[in-house]
This record gives sequence, structure tokens and C-alpha cells, in this order.
Amino acid sequence: MAHPYGMAAKMTEQQSSPEARPEAREFREYCRRWLEENRPPPTETPLPQASYEVTYDDHRAYLCDWQAKCYEAGLIATDVPKVYGGHGYENFQSIASDEVRRSKVPYFLNWIGLGMVAPTLLIHGSEEQKKRFLKPIFSAEEIWCQGYSEPGAGSDLVSLQTSAVKDGDQWIINGSKVWTSLGSLASWMLLLARNDKQDKYNGITCFLLPIDQPGVTVRPIHKMTGECGFCEVFFENAIIADDLRVDDVGAGWKVAMSTLTSERGAAAGVGAVTHTESPLSSVRELIELAKTTKRNGVPVWDDPVWRDRIVKLYIRIEAIIQHARRAPIEALNGGAMRLPLQSKVVGSEIGQDLNATALGVLGMQSSLYVGDEHAVRNGRWPLGYMNSYTGTISGGSSEIQRNILGERILGLPKTK
Amino acid sequence: MAQPQDFGFDDDIVMLKDAANRFLGQRQTLVQLRASLKGTEDPYRGEERQGWYDPAAWQEMVDLGWAMVPVPESAGGLGLGLVAAVAIQEEIGRAACPTPLSSTLQATFVLKEAQADAHLAKIAEGSSMALALFGEDGAPDADSTTVTANGNKLSGTSSYVQDAQKVDGFIVAAKASEGLGLYWVPKESVTIHRDRIVELTRDQARIELKNVEAEVIAEPGSGEQVMARALPALLTLLAADMAGAAEWQLQTTAEYAKLRVQFERPIGFFQAVKHPIVNMMIAADETRSLVYNAACAYDHDPEDALRCARMAKASASETAAFCSNRSTQLHGGIGFTWESDVQIYHKRQMHSQFLFGDASWQRQKLAELL
Repeated sequence: MAHPYGMAAKMTEQQSSPEARPEAREFREYCRRWLEENRPPPTETPLPQASYEVTYDDHRAYLCDWQAKCYEAGLIATDVPKVYGGHGYENFQSIASDEVRRSKVPYFLNWIGLGMVAPTLLIHGSEEQKKRFLKPIFSAEEIWCQGYSEPGAGSDLVSLQTSAVKDGDQWIINGSKVWTSLGSLASWMLLLARNDKQDKYNGITCFLLPIDQPGVTVRPIHKMTGECGFCEVFFENAIIADDLRVDDVGAGWKVAMSTLTSERGAAAGVGAVTHTESPLSSVRELIELAKTTKRNGVPVWDDPVWRDRIVKLYIRIEAIIQHARRAPIEALNGGAMRLPLQSKVVGSEIGQDLNATALGVLGMQSSLYVGDEHAVRNGRWPLGYMNSYTGTISGGSSEIQRNILGERILGLPKTK
Repeated sequence: MAQPQDFGFDDDIVMLKDAANRFLGQRQTLVQLRASLKGTEDPYRGEERQGWYDPAAWQEMVDLGWAMVPVPESAGGLGLGLVAAVAIQEEIGRAACPTPLSSTLQATFVLKEAQADAHLAKIAEGSSMALALFGEDGAPDADSTTVTANGNKLSGTSSYVQDAQKVDGFIVAAKASEGLGLYWVPKESVTIHRDRIVELTRDQARIELKNVEAEVIAEPGSGEQVMARALPALLTLLAADMAGAAEWQLQTTAEYAKLRVQFERPIGFFQAVKHPIVNMMIAADETRSLVYNAACAYDHDPEDALRCARMAKASASETAAFCSNRSTQLHGGIGFTWESDVQIYHKRQMHSQFLFGDASWQRQKLAELL
């Protein structure tokens, strides 16, 4: 899953490097100009910090409209072939996404569609599926959610129990999913369900599930922040036509893993942008906060203990920015996957530390939450701190990430 | 200022790094070092320890052109930048190699900033040098020197001089009435008082100067500026050495965790062992990325070089402490013994951690730039 300081950081805050191709420079210039000229007016009530916390209809309408415009302008599906509704460029997506982040415009609502579903379909989908589903993902006409985690299958995803039973040319689905981001807004779900109880790894199949049907119930879950970021979804004899199956029966685990651990991962794929704040802009804001927040009449920045903690973070954030520069250099990266696989755990933990540090800088002011007229930036820091656990838990918790790194990169014995 | 996206690691520098890796890997330096340490182990009753290095290896390094890598072409060198020097230093760190090259590379960047071509030419010809900058308290800037200059005569003692027994001469920071100056003195003119140190791969000394005749490298009053310009290079070289050593600590600990069996499993199976090893990798990688960034900034964007170098050394000091700690702990009893190479790296890292200022010092200075 996308998260505040991981994949996003890979693509942001690059020094404006001399672009290799003149067309690339031109394209970047075009993106920059377009975004300047088409920046949407602010919403009446502020948008949540990240696209997975959106719940209100007015926000949804506003964000769908914005994503559609960006898609038409070529900032989304930039490198996807034209036949699938893309724009058919080569290696321009990272430039477009980079400029979207840099320009501080709103994020894209359909981030699961862009980040997970579209890449999955592009690799594993049938020709008909690609032609039917990709374009409405890009334009946000159809919002997607993802049905992977279950009450009994979180970090140990392969234990999932939601069943899929073949009945003629359709499948009957029973069970439930949880932590489903965008569940209340979505009309489609990328679903993993078990077609064979005996074969743990080869008994899972991937489907495209229409949510608007009698067998599907969606119930929102309130997060610790009070926001409704995600849902639980119940299936009682829900129906999926067999032509909505992705890849072979039993190939679901392979399909899921190829997207989850693909080096290009979520964000890079077709242009998902889930946050408008980068790690570097956040730490700069934190430094400003420490310089302007006074305790006992003295700026917090002048307290060596707090200053040291902030500078430590500043250094680590510079390191992840430099990781993005080093990762493609074969002679220096220690193997193609070593740095990319670190990006989630490192980025999300630094993000959490950054928010926690901000609370410390604010002291009692950190108690002031959304809606309080005295709250610094309308409660951004306590909200950000609580939401930072999205990064360290979802999409493979930090503990699972460390298992993956130890096993895949360092060759340590497998835990399972 | 625009920096190359690849840090300046062109094909030649990558080849140089590979060659250094292979050369140092084949030398079995630590086997020889251990032979030289025999009988010196006991800190109370052991024999005196000499600052051992392999003179033949040093001569080969000179012949391979490593010493002249960052020396300007005008002084007979190859005219490459800090990125190239860092490529070599990282490999020296990985091998924990005792060599006058470490000090000589540092001296080269001080001489470059002082435009001291005559002395740079000596390095290109195979001469070795070390920096003598610090006063008795070891404060991490040249201003702490207690050596005084009267004309071109130097008096006083310079402390914490690295590789003092290996080199042909010293670049000494000394205070004159006009301000800080930098001077070159040959080793024959000074008295070397060897320190008894924890570290086994370096030697360290106080060098005593009694009205010694010196050659001026930076005129009194200009020394501070020269050192300020050279400092980013010195910090980055040291951080590169530490990054190389940290990678060794990581790989060696991971290998051990695959081999050592307890409770009928290799200990690397257990997450209490696996996760800290991954944390070593995360730390080592952060330092490496910051080191390459700092080297590139020194070569291409001097305005930003100090900020980047402070970040690299701060990160390296934290990484060195952490990887040393975990490498000894996760090796269990064997890592605590003299017999294990883990202790050699641990001590090299402990030493490097404080050279030119530890992590909190670097962060304090960095904060002034933010």
C-alpha cells in the first residue's frame, strides 16, 4: 500500500537533475505549467491529509473531477499504451508524478486503482479486462478498493479464508474482508479469495468484484483519529462472473505478490499520488515549528535535546532522498532490491518519528485537535501522528518488512 | 549547482573501487596484523605495540596510482575528485586495512585547498603524510591546536595524530600572531610519543616540536579558511571508511547467523536476531547514501559540501556505534574474544566515531546551517 514516506519519497525532492532527453525536459515543463494554470480552488472544508481518509461526498466529487482533468492532461497513465486508455509515452510517468507532488495540488482519490489494480491488470489481466477497466480507473469514473486482509489474515495474508466456489460460469463468494480503504466509495474490489482449502499457496484466486450487489455489505470503521478511513466488507453468496477472474484459478497468490513486491510498486505504476506533503517539506515545517514555538520564552529549537532529535530526522530524510539516487546505480546499490525493499519500513518509521517529535515540540499545544481555533494547522500534527500507524502497519507491517529484508536480501533462514 | 545524478561514479571510478576491493581482499591484511600483535594482547603485561602496516602493500598502492588519484594533474596526479578517493577509502574501511594511505588522502585535500602543489607533487611521487591538527582535548577543529609558530619555527605538542608512525611527514596546524597557519615538517624533525590505544589498525601519537624548522603550506591567518574548505572532505573520507567497515560488520554478522545453530535452527531464523541484522543494513545504507552525496557535493557544489559532510559523518558515527554493538552481541561469546575479527572492526569503528567530532557534535554544527 502507499504510505506517507516510502515510495512517494523515491520520486520526490530530487534536485532538478539535468534531464537526459530534451523531450523529457519539455514534458516536465509542460506538467509544471499545466498544474500552475489548472490548480483547483480550495475545498470548502479542508481535505484529509491523505487520499485514503476521504469519506465525504463533496470531497469525492471534487477529487474525482480533479483526477479526471489530470488524466486528460496526461499526468496519469502517462506511460500506459493508448489502446488501454493511456497516453503512450515512455518513462514520463515519474516526471508527471514528481511534478504533481511538487506543485502541492490535491492528491488522486483512486489511489488503489492507480497504484494496485491497474498495475495488476496490466501484468495479469485479460485483453478484455484491460480494455474494460483501465480507463475508468484513470478517469476516476470507477473507484476501486482492495480486498486482501481479513480478520484472521493480516500480516499472514496467505491464511485468508474468504471462499470462492465455482457454480457454472460464475463464482459464489462468502466471507469477509477488513481494513478496506475507500470501501464506502468504491464500486469495484480487487479480491483475493480461496478456491481450495487444502492448497495454501495455490488455492487462492484473484477476482474483480462488483460491489453494488445484494450479497455485499460494506460497513465503515472509525480509526483512532475518528476519521472513517476504511471499512469491513461482508460477502453472503456474492456473485462474480468467471470472466472477472484475473489470471488462472489458483494463481491469486502469485498475482498479489508480483504487485506487492514489484520494485516499481504502487506509486510509480500509473501515477498514484496519495499525499501532497513530502518528507523533506514536513521536516522543514518541523524545523520552522521548533523555531517559532516557545516554551518558557525560549524557542524549542534552542533546546539542544529537541534540536538534536529534529536534526537526526533531517539527516535520515536526506538519506532516503539519496537512496533514490543510489538505487539505480548497480555498482553502488548492493543488489537491485536492497534499497527498494527498505523504502516502506524506513519511510514509514521516519514519518512516525517525525510526527511524534512534532508533538513533543508543541508540548501541551499538541492536545489541540481538528476544529479547535487555536490548534496549529488545524490539528495536523496529532492527526499525522495517529495516521502514521497506517504506514507502519498496513501493506505488510514493519515486522513483516524486516522478515522480508532479512530473508530476501541477507539470505537469513525463513521464519515461516 | 547541478550535481551528476550518479554522484560522479563514472565507469573509471567504479573500476577503481572494484580493483581496490579485490586488491585489499587478497592481501589477507588482518592475518599479518594478527601476527604482529602476538604477545601484545595483555594491556597490563603485554609487549609494546608498534603501528604495524604492510610496507609492500603500501608500495603497491602507490604503484597502482591510488595515492595520486585526487592529486591535481598540475602536481603530477590524476586530478580526480573526492568521489574517487571515497571509493578507495570505503574499501580500506571494509578491509580494516592499516595503511598510511588513509592519512595521506586526507592530507591531499588539505594541500589541495591550500594549493600547495609542491607538497602535492611529493604525494604523487609516493610520499605519505598525516594531519597534526588537534590540541590536547582533541576538540574536533584545527583551532584547538596548541602548537605555536614563530616565523617558520614551530613549538609545542600536537595530539591525536593518526598513522604517525607510518608516514614520512606531517601537516601541522600552528598558531601565529596573525592567526592559524599550516606547515609541513618531516618526521625526522619531531619526537613521536606513541599513544597506547584501543584501536589495532591505526597508530596514534603526540608529536612534539621543539623550535622545529617548517615549510609554510598556508600562511598564518589563512589556515582557518583552508581547513574550513578541506573539512568536508576529511569528514566524508572518514565516513566512507566507516561505511565500508559497517558493511563488513553487517555481512559477517549475517553469515554467522546462518551458520551458528542453537535450538536446532540457525540463529538467523529467530526474529530477535534477524531484525537487528536488518537494522544494521538500514543504518549502513543510510550512511552510504549520505557519503556518496557528500563526496559529490564536495566535487560539484562546494557551497553545500559542509552540510552534506556533517550529515554523512553524523550518520556514520551512529551507524558505526550501532553495527559494532550488534555485531559483537549477535556473535555471542566468540565475538567477545580476541580471536574474532569482529573485535578488530569494533575498535576501528569506536575510534573513527570520535575522530573530527562525534554524531552529536556534527548535528550541533549542522543545526547552525538549517
